[in-house]
Amino acid sequence: MDTCLVRMRVNGRPVEREVPARKLLSDFLREDAGALGVNVGCEQGVCGSCTVLVDGVPARACLAFAVQVDGAEIRTVEGLTTDGSLHPLQQAFHDHHALQCGFCTPGMIITAYDFLARHPRPSIAEIREALSGNLCRCTGYQQIVEAVQDAARLGAVPEGGER
Amino acid sequence: MSGGKWVGQSVKRLEDRRLLTGRGGFIANVEIANLHHAAILRSPHAHADIRRLDVSAALAMAGVIAVLTGEDVRQRSDPFMNITGPVPYWSCAVGTAHFVGEPVAVVVARDRYLAEDALDAIEVDYEPLPAVVDQEAALAPNAPILHDNLGTNLAVRRRFSFGDVDRAFAEADLVVRERYRFPRYSHFPMETYGILASWDAASGLLTVRANFQGPFIIHTVMARALRLRQNRVRVIVPGDIGGGFGLKSSMYPYMVLLALAAMKAGVPVKWIEDRREALTASSSHADRVTYMEAAVRKDGTVLALRTRNIDNVGAYIRTPEPADLFARFSAMTGAYRIRDVALDLSAAMTNTSLTGPVRGYGGHPLYFALERTMDTIAARLGMDPAELRFRNFIGAGEFPYTTATGGEYDSGNYPECLRRLLALARYDELRARQRAARAEGRLFGIGLATIVDPCVTNIGYITLAKSPEERTQRRAMSGSGDVGTVRVDPSGDVVVLATSVPQGQGHETIIAQIVADELGVPIERITVHAEVDTLASVWSITTGSYSSRFSSVGSSAYAMAARQVRAKAVKIAAHVLEVAEEDVEWKDGAAVVRGAPHTALALRAIAGIAHWNQTSLPAGMEPNLQATYAFNLPTSRPPLDDDRANTQNVYGFGAELAVVEVDRASGVVRVLEYYTVHDCGTVLNPAHVRGQVQGAAVQGISGALWEQMRWDESGQYLTASLQDYLMPTAMEAPDIGMDHVETPSPNTVLGSKGIGEASSMAAPVTVANAVADALAPLGIPVTSLPLWPDTVWRMLKEAQGP
Repeated sequence: MDTCLVRMRVNGRPVEREVPARKLLSDFLREDAGALGVNVGCEQGVCGSCTVLVDGVPARACLAFAVQVDGAEIRTVEGLTTDGSLHPLQQAFHDHHALQCGFCTPGMIITAYDFLARHPRPSIAEIREALSGNLCRCTGYQQIVEAVQDAARLGAVPEGGER
Repeated sequence: MSGGKWVGQSVKRLEDRRLLTGRGGFIANVEIANLHHAAILRSPHAHADIRRLDVSAALAMAGVIAVLTGEDVRQRSDPFMNITGPVPYWSCAVGTAHFVGEPVAVVVARDRYLAEDALDAIEVDYEPLPAVVDQEAALAPNAPILHDNLGTNLAVRRRFSFGDVDRAFAEADLVVRERYRFPRYSHFPMETYGILASWDAASGLLTVRANFQGPFIIHTVMARALRLRQNRVRVIVPGDIGGGFGLKSSMYPYMVLLALAAMKAGVPVKWIEDRREALTASSSHADRVTYMEAAVRKDGTVLALRTRNIDNVGAYIRTPEPADLFARFSAMTGAYRIRDVALDLSAAMTNTSLTGPVRGYGGHPLYFALERTMDTIAARLGMDPAELRFRNFIGAGEFPYTTATGGEYDSGNYPECLRRLLALARYDELRARQRAARAEGRLFGIGLATIVDPCVTNIGYITLAKSPEERTQRRAMSGSGDVGTVRVDPSGDVVVLATSVPQGQGHETIIAQIVADELGVPIERITVHAEVDTLASVWSITTGSYSSRFSSVGSSAYAMAARQVRAKAVKIAAHVLEVAEEDVEWKDGAAVVRGAPHTALALRAIAGIAHWNQTSLPAGMEPNLQATYAFNLPTSRPPLDDDRANTQNVYGFGAELAVVEVDRASGVVRVLEYYTVHDCGTVLNPAHVRGQVQGAAVQGISGALWEQMRWDESGQYLTASLQDYLMPTAMEAPDIGMDHVETPSPNTVLGSKGIGEASSMAAPVTVANAVADALAPLGIPVTSLPLWPDTVWRMLKEAQGP
């Protein structure tokens, strides 16, 4: 099995590993970078649970090989805060009871983070459309939409995202 | 009743922090030393004899440790027990595969990639056999037989009659008859199955870590299949499970399959099911054909029902099936005063994947037939569907109410719930909007359903699958108990051991609320440990997460355990303060002497004495400050000799209303508005109730409009990907308008009932009734689901004629 050296920064930390060329980014992030918040829900690129930011752009980690993002800057839900506190967006999810089992939550939060960075004052219809690539089975979505709406109102994510 | 500081409040969830920051303790995140990985070879045929299985090439591949085959499974394990008879169901196909996706072999390798590579190297010669996928076809003469030892595809058939059904039909002014079909759809939790199995050959101890909603009876079934004593099977369930909805409470055959793989390979094995496997071969609720007849008086009184249900339970009948047929037995007459009922209940096996418990088990198809029938009656009598329901409801003053089938409804106020629903939805305005829409030629519909939500299974109900004569051969099963343990540590802080196996319901938060109130301590001084370990936890045959048990028996067990701790604390305080026990009261987390408020001992001081000063305790008292309380409901009796049975213990209620519009050109059904009013007794946490209802309603709406598991006639499975299996997204899910009525249950300590399943049972038929109402001007009947655009478009086409 061909292997290649893959280097990337995950939540600000350099990660360097010799991995098979076919290793999925989702597996690399979980097994080699310790980002266990990257939950894998379908491996078909549809459910959105494993959504991460690759150089600031949301991507399905289950649909990419690690080698494809060699040199990239990756951000997962673990990277929103580093001191155990909740990011204002996470706080909004907490305040609005926007999670139940929590399996879809990391992907949902990453998607919402990127969306709010680009759309600081969204309508409800825009929020629903933005989240439509992330499946949730527990909540029926209503409280997730309310959380994102509230996060927008509070300016939880600065325009253009955080650097 | 606990009129507490915490119970009844929307306390924010204690579970959230770890889940929000990506630190959930899901099964996929669990690692142990020397872990290897499994991949499962599955049958591509719906029905085929396995002529030859050659694993030598797979074994020769890099990183492969072992391959487990059907022959190994036959030699090392026994078929799973079930209540209906000798169905040869193992964790893997033995000799013959009976559905597409059935496990045929398991590869154990260094990693999942290598294990999947090796699947391709296994050579299997299949001899395809004729298949049957429809339950009525499976019961027809000359149908292909799945299990030769049975000689029939009928797994069980039981007939019941209560009251005088023939007389009621003879006296009726109107008889309504219809055939209904309720489809299969998936539970689809976002997290699939996951298992780590390790076998300690030296001490003969099997450890299985799994995201399993048990242990309950499945632990017994599993140990027996593995030929191990129950106390040598250690099942550990992680504290975080990524949704279940009943899927993970089925007999979970992979726990046995992976255990056998770990035994054979001699290494610990991990397997995480992928979504394709989950959709193809895990579990779903049984699809059902119902023939329902109702005898009605012209004033709208429903006198009697004749119901024939035929469930399709898939290729084998798997424990706890055929429970689907009997799970709502108590509530076969729903919310109505119907005294004469005849039931003919059967389950057939077909070459499709297996079935089992689901959120609303047996309720969706029951209410689909019953509530469609109610609407048909209303239409035939020219009566408003809400009015028909008011005329037939059990009255608010009639509780406790015993149903014709033996259910003991504990409390309720159904008319009040429906009145509130009509007010919430502004029903009269909706009907006016409908008249205006119809005048413009638009297909605008309003649908109602009113359903009883039976909670907390009495395990005795499964024995309804046997005749009363067969039942008397053994001591009858009964019970629904749950266990709670509350401990006060040496520093006065509280630990609660939870065995309620949450998968997103927020049990940690609710338990902390209950215990905080009972002990009068701040919630932040309580840690709830929700990991189950069958060797370390206190549990019983009914322990697990199913049948909306937590908010009824679970909440009761934790409240009672906390009260026992409090009683012991009072005893210790009285002894140490040298006053009579009756002169001590518990106030704000301290034992206070009546009339002397400054003479008090806080919980912290009392716990200190119980742990550190053990000889200061009253004579004969055990040191330590903890209690384990097992709470059972006395209403959990076995079925009676005349087959009447109280299959659940507390009965909630839901009234729902959907507003839809059907597009004439495309057949698309749009849900414009959705409302629901519930009665789940005492509300423990309003935010949690709201979340449960919203999730359940969207799941049910989706079952009516989008989701379906499908097989073609040869038994090939057609909906294994998310391109073919349509899940609702934030774009389709409507907002749910909500209100509540609280009639506390007399059967539970806090008066609470379940809430998670009502809307999942009610929503499919609520939407169906709305669509039927929309199509009423065209005279189109709605008797099956899902109502996909192409289905509705064909119905419209047919009605318009050529």
